[in-house]
Amino acid sequence: MTKLPHKILEEAQKAGIEPNDKNRSGTYFHLNQTTVQTAVNQIFEGKIELMDIKDALKKYSWLNDYMWKIVDKNKDEYTKRVAEDYSGGYFIRILPGAEVAFPLQSCLMITQKNLEQRVHNIIIAEENSNAHIITSCLQHSTVKSASHLGISEIYVRKSAMLNFTMIHQWSEHTLVRPRTASEIADNATFISNYVCMRPVRDIQMYPVAYCQGENSRASFNSILYGHKNSQLDIGTKAVLTGKGSKAEMISRAIAREGSKMIIRGMIEGDSSDCKGHLECRGLLMDDKSFLQSIPELIAKKKGVEITHEAAVGKISEKEITYLMTRKLSRDQAVSLIIRGFMDVSILGLPDTLNAEIKKIVEASTENT
Amino acid sequence: MDILEVKNLTVKVEGKSILKDVTFNLKSGENHILFGPNGSGKTTLISAIMGLPTYEVNSGTILFNGTDITAKTVEERAKLGMAVSFQNPPEITGVKLVDLLKLCLGKKTEDPFSAEEQRLIEVFRLTDFLNRDLNVGFSGGERKRSEILQLIFLKPKLLLLDEPDSGVDVESLKLIATEIQRYVESSGSSALVITHKGDILEYIKAKYGCILLDGQFHCFTHPTRIYEDIKKMGYEECVACRIRTVGGWKTDKRE
Repeated sequence: MTKLPHKILEEAQKAGIEPNDKNRSGTYFHLNQTTVQTAVNQIFEGKIELMDIKDALKKYSWLNDYMWKIVDKNKDEYTKRVAEDYSGGYFIRILPGAEVAFPLQSCLMITQKNLEQRVHNIIIAEENSNAHIITSCLQHSTVKSASHLGISEIYVRKSAMLNFTMIHQWSEHTLVRPRTASEIADNATFISNYVCMRPVRDIQMYPVAYCQGENSRASFNSILYGHKNSQLDIGTKAVLTGKGSKAEMISRAIAREGSKMIIRGMIEGDSSDCKGHLECRGLLMDDKSFLQSIPELIAKKKGVEITHEAAVGKISEKEITYLMTRKLSRDQAVSLIIRGFMDVSILGLPDTLNAEIKKIVEASTENT
Repeated sequence: MDILEVKNLTVKVEGKSILKDVTFNLKSGENHILFGPNGSGKTTLISAIMGLPTYEVNSGTILFNGTDITAKTVEERAKLGMAVSFQNPPEITGVKLVDLLKLCLGKKTEDPFSAEEQRLIEVFRLTDFLNRDLNVGFSGGERKRSEILQLIFLKPKLLLLDEPDSGVDVESLKLIATEIQRYVESSGSSALVITHKGDILEYIKAKYGCILLDGQFHCFTHPTRIYEDIKKMGYEECVACRIRTVGGWKTDKRE
């Protein structure tokens, strides 16, 4: 990766990508419409497969069955466009029983003006595997206008655990349309974390988790920082069909500087002993911004237990005053509360990764 | 030397007068115990001294170490050496106790605790709470222990303690009160303590106490005597006897 232009590397680092691969289990770098690099760190060989999706489809004919299996290609204009033509995407397969304590780093980057990047990703966490993946999508700051359409289909097999963290760092001029679905098998757990800290022109997404397996678990955690007129319409959806399946959703959103944010959440209970909980907390920092929380709970079988709590509003004066009695200025108090509000520990990551994402979050909220 | 002088203070909360023209002083190095029924204005007094918003000072002055602080902000008062422990401190999601303790010490979050600070954290039985969100899921005793430890770390000259003993078990009470007394003694600071109970008087040494009732001070004398009288007669009668009432709260009028 060190062969990439310096500017691009610098941007990549801002999104949490390390040019030095030694602390990572693997790297995928897709620049504009070309896959630049796929590499698996030696020590993880035999645990992970990582390649461009087009190469993977050539290698594994069975993989065709997993393309457009849980995302409907006719869902909207964006899925249709990707189905028509796409430039690649990653195929990540965590091999049966493999434990990957370090993240895979994946970077999808746009440096060309007016480019529409279209990718299709597939992740398969094989039986009994355990992995943390961090994906960073970012755009070179010199690009004034671009869009990213990304399809992701994620399969979590029996008794596997997949913690998937996506860090979006777009520019103020990017239109972003991810379309993501996951399928979770018996006793499997899927944790989907979404962190959006930099301004984005317009993002709209509504990933869905199908908890089909018995005792399957899905949890969605989002940390969303809307500023500089960003438009974010972000939802998470879980369909609980498996016996004893569970879903949990936590969103933390801050809207300021003319941002418009809609935070949705839907849990659908389709089996009699499923459980779900949805929590959305939003802070509105000024009168120019807009924040809406739309929780939806659906019960289709007797005994479904789904709950939600949502709160939107301004920072509590009591909290600010309290911190001021501890020698903090008003600004320091507000900034501490905001950083606390965007607490990365909700993502359930190991300490080393936590520290890394914390750095990104703190860098973005530094001058608040 | 007076650490605190309150002169003719009138305080309103949401337009309603709570304290009416009260005057008192607190000597440097002395503790004072403040009794009074619920709603008598004890918290209002402490909050007005600390300068918390929503407590509106209509008239009067507050002097801290001889400096008029009536117009100063909460932060300024804190930096001058005043600290308050809250009766009901807020829960702040995502703000870790460890980070707040370091801020109280004037440290950066990446700075380590000294051995002595570490020892105090253990004494206060808060080691397991360091990485927890402030007060979220804390019991009454845990909240109070966290409040008092924060105060000690702030190294104030004046401690304003709003019911440090409420909702606290016997063991925690002993711990909290002992540590307050130890800090006050070793640093030569003063504490103004609001309480409803007598137990804390075993540990916090104070020559004087008084009762706050209907926005006025009454019965200026030794706190154990006040407490015994309140237990026997109740606040109203205790105040009505007027034997020990000295009108204002002036050092020269002390019995």
